[in-house]
Amino acid sequence: MGKKVLMKGNEAIGEAAIRAGCLNYFAYPITPQSEVAEYLSRRMPEVGGVFVQGESEVAVSYMLFGAAGCGERVFTTSSSPGISLMSEGISYVAGAQCPVVFVNIIRGGPGLGGILPSQGDYFQATKGGGHGDYRMLVMAPASVQEAVEMVMMAFPLAEKYRNPIMLLGDGLIGQMMEPVEFPDHLRTEPTNKDAWATNGMDTRKSSKPNIVKSLYLDPKQLNDHNLLLKSKYEQMKREEIRYEPYNTDSDYKVLIVSYGTMSRVCRTAIDNMKAEGFEVGMVRPQTLFPFPEKAVHDAAVKESCKVVISIEMSMGQMVEDVDRCVKGKRPVEWYGKCGGDVPTPEEVMGVVKALI
Amino acid sequence: MGKTFKRPEALSENHTHYCPGCTHGVIHRLIAEVIDELGIRGRMVGIAPVGCAVLAYNYFTFDFQEAAHGRAPAMATGIKRVRPDLMVFTYQGDGDLASIGMGEIIHAANRGEKFTTIFVNNTVYGMTGGQMAPTTMPGQRTTTSPFGRNVEDCGMPIRMAELLSSLATPAYITRQTVIKPKYIVKTKKAIKQAFAYQMERKCFSFVEVVSTCPTNWGMTPVEAVKWTEETLLSYYKLGEYKKPE
Repeated sequence: MGKKVLMKGNEAIGEAAIRAGCLNYFAYPITPQSEVAEYLSRRMPEVGGVFVQGESEVAVSYMLFGAAGCGERVFTTSSSPGISLMSEGISYVAGAQCPVVFVNIIRGGPGLGGILPSQGDYFQATKGGGHGDYRMLVMAPASVQEAVEMVMMAFPLAEKYRNPIMLLGDGLIGQMMEPVEFPDHLRTEPTNKDAWATNGMDTRKSSKPNIVKSLYLDPKQLNDHNLLLKSKYEQMKREEIRYEPYNTDSDYKVLIVSYGTMSRVCRTAIDNMKAEGFEVGMVRPQTLFPFPEKAVHDAAVKESCKVVISIEMSMGQMVEDVDRCVKGKRPVEWYGKCGGDVPTPEEVMGVVKALI
Repeated sequence: MGKTFKRPEALSENHTHYCPGCTHGVIHRLIAEVIDELGIRGRMVGIAPVGCAVLAYNYFTFDFQEAAHGRAPAMATGIKRVRPDLMVFTYQGDGDLASIGMGEIIHAANRGEKFTTIFVNNTVYGMTGGQMAPTTMPGQRTTTSPFGRNVEDCGMPIRMAELLSSLATPAYITRQTVIKPKYIVKTKKAIKQAFAYQMERKCFSFVEVVSTCPTNWGMTPVEAVKWTEETLLSYYKLGEYKKPE
């Protein structure tokens, strides 16, 4: 491990990418993640990397597509309205099977919404956003340290699946200062991409051109292509699910499902309620796609558990996945707030206690 | 006696899907000849547009990426920034470049990205069936301007070479055509010059090629050449618009 330093989430995310071995960053400024671009505009030249401020998020998504298509590690950071603009490019990146890491530091929506923390882009990240049948591997950190580790893990995962990956943080993760370490073991070498990337025939000593594309006019070919993509998403479901159980050894009456910043508030609420003799368990998904289906299901059907609640900084998005996993075996409730006013532990305690 | 005319190595043996009288085939060949002559096939990356040339990668024998509509200059930017040693060109039509991709081309040119754009201007959206483009001539009938382009509500056609030449960033910008052999020779020279500037990492280079689309113009190939010469070339004037110092 490197030494511990105090860093703002956004800057730590930028530094984590460099430490992971990614020296190419394309971005467009947007609150509340502009510090990443500001940090990397001075840091990339120091490490011999590439920093480009694109003319729009649309253009940035294609700069990433081009750079990833020719075999280089690339990433960007943005926030909700910017991710909407990048969604066209994300669909092409997924269709052409290029590894790109996207970081979304979510702000309130819809439209311009607000600039305070939110989790309102859950659907956009996990169910699409862009057109066509594609999925992204979506990771949700609950601390600056976890954001650092997830950014570093994202590059080899993107290359393993040749697929876009999204780190879904919120304004609080981006703006908060916390002590962080950059684990040396998460630095990885880029995989060899000679089999598919447009890195130049001379580079790979080949006489066969590589074509990076997403167009398949023949219906059978397009169906086969989609089946291939689907098989990758199925593999993610088998191999990449990450979650953290909390207080699930207890005989909890209520199970909370919560992620990111919201889960930290829930954790405090659970500790407080435990001190009062009221047991509450939690499953915190660290990957939102693939969703920890079995973990949520198994925790929900524990004999002591009477009710499940999805607590989100959104108006009932993740609750649909929770409901799907619980399969009607327990009532599934929702609580959430938007706009940047993060629910307090006391609020959560009130809501949870009222369920019983 | 030696062989005096052969297929360039950079051009594949596939038959193109282009219509009779279309000039894409000629332009493809010129690009391939230049790539052969410069010996850069092994480090070439082409960017195919959305439009008639979306399948361009089937007709060349080097690496290709396929862009979304209008985004080719952003993709080329990405490639050149992370791999400056690769030779990159975008191949774009007028719907792609002058309409939906206007933002990308202007900013790539203004940043002075070191790639080459071949801009094929035939004044219509070809692949989608001959709709009006930003380059469609006043009064020109298309499937979305059935009574002819009305400049009162559609404005005048955009002249991309002139527009890009107004940027202060150094660049090589030229407009050519391939409707007759005398023009083809000049176009090839321009493409070679554009690639040469890229090889020297000197500047952004842009070759507009005024082209024909007999199918969507509702003309025979011969009529299309005549109309190009008489109508288009008086509005889209040929020549070198900008050169780096």
